[in-house]
Amino acid sequence: MSAHSDLGITKLVSARQQELLNGWIEAQLQSTNARPDLISRARLEEQSREFLQLFSRALDRNPSGDIRDSAWDDVRAFLEDLSRSRGTSGFSPSQTAAFVFSMKEPIFRAIRDTNGTAPEQQFEQVWKTTELIDRLGLFTTEVFQKGREQVIQRQQQEMLELSTPVVKLWDGVLALPMIGTLDSARTQVVMESLLQRIVETGAEVAIIDITGVPTVDTLVAQHLIKTVTAARLMGADCIISGIRPQIAQTIVHLGVELGDVVTKATLADAFYMALQRRNLTVTRVRR
Amino acid sequence: MERIPILKMGPYLLVTIQVDMHDRLAMTLQDDLTERISKTGSRGVLIDISALEMVDSFIGRMFANMAAIARVLDAEIVVVGMQPAVAITLVELGLSLPGIRTALDVERGMAMLGKSLAASTLPTPGDDGSGEGDAGPAE
Repeated sequence: MSAHSDLGITKLVSARQQELLNGWIEAQLQSTNARPDLISRARLEEQSREFLQLFSRALDRNPSGDIRDSAWDDVRAFLEDLSRSRGTSGFSPSQTAAFVFSMKEPIFRAIRDTNGTAPEQQFEQVWKTTELIDRLGLFTTEVFQKGREQVIQRQQQEMLELSTPVVKLWDGVLALPMIGTLDSARTQVVMESLLQRIVETGAEVAIIDITGVPTVDTLVAQHLIKTVTAARLMGADCIISGIRPQIAQTIVHLGVELGDVVTKATLADAFYMALQRRNLTVTRVRR
Repeated sequence: MERIPILKMGPYLLVTIQVDMHDRLAMTLQDDLTERISKTGSRGVLIDISALEMVDSFIGRMFANMAAIARVLDAEIVVVGMQPAVAITLVELGLSLPGIRTALDVERGMAMLGKSLAASTLPTPGDDGSGEGDAGPAE
């Protein structure tokens, strides 16, 4: 209902834009959320002026204040840009949202000054304006959050790609140094890349080194066992190395049955064993 | 009706699966293989599945059954050349095929069979003792 009615501040905003702008900039600079270290005063004024113009124009075209309407496209686009740029330059979410919220004070002041005679009407206007600005503020926060989530997702993807190298230690011996927490998605990638490399290189022994894995729970252990079993089905032997004392304890306490999976304390031990299986040995050169 | 050929190579039988397995084909293969093992008295069977791209739980169980049957007939099964996707699928299905020996390719599988046969076939005078042909599917 209120979404379709006139807010009643269209005229006020367009007529008193300069005054609102000054008050708004003042409010932003005075606020505890101000970050003069991250944004210059000139830039802030420029942004505020542009937003106020867009805001006024949108109100003009759709005075109901429904920000999903196409009349508000420009305003939303501007806020998206602003939120993104502030997010990357180091503003916190509340500092970013404060840009919009700090507009309340000058507008309310203007409402009070224009029709001081009818309190009910004033209240109505203030309430609707609050709703509108809240929506805009929340929209800003949402975009901010979305930007952060995208960053996290991209980093996760990068981590996934970075952290699963399969290295060839020797002819017929592969090693897979795992680093970081293992979850289902990662283990799947690890498993696939290891098996693929086994096919490509024809390696008979693969060493999975978990020195860099901080914790092992039942799920991780299960994933490891699955990987080892799959490699065995293809005809390659797997050795798990780098099990730290705490992890050994956890595995036993959890009652995880490693079955006939060969485990070694260090990568060196596992490598030595792999060499032995291939009838190779390491000797000191006498000079 | 299409069949998967079973080739006799010296003391071994060689089965190469070049087509996608379906249930009927797997059943036929099991029957044929049992028949051939008992007829030839082979001690080793090599199954090459490097061309097999898809398995389901039934085919997986068929492999396990074949291994069990072969063992009853005193032959050893080596499965070679399993594709990563197939291996992952079998593991996810909970079929780790514990009785089956595996190798990366036919060559290594042959070597593996040769080694284990050399270790176990010292006393082989007399005729081939292909007797109990009716050791049906043990289930």
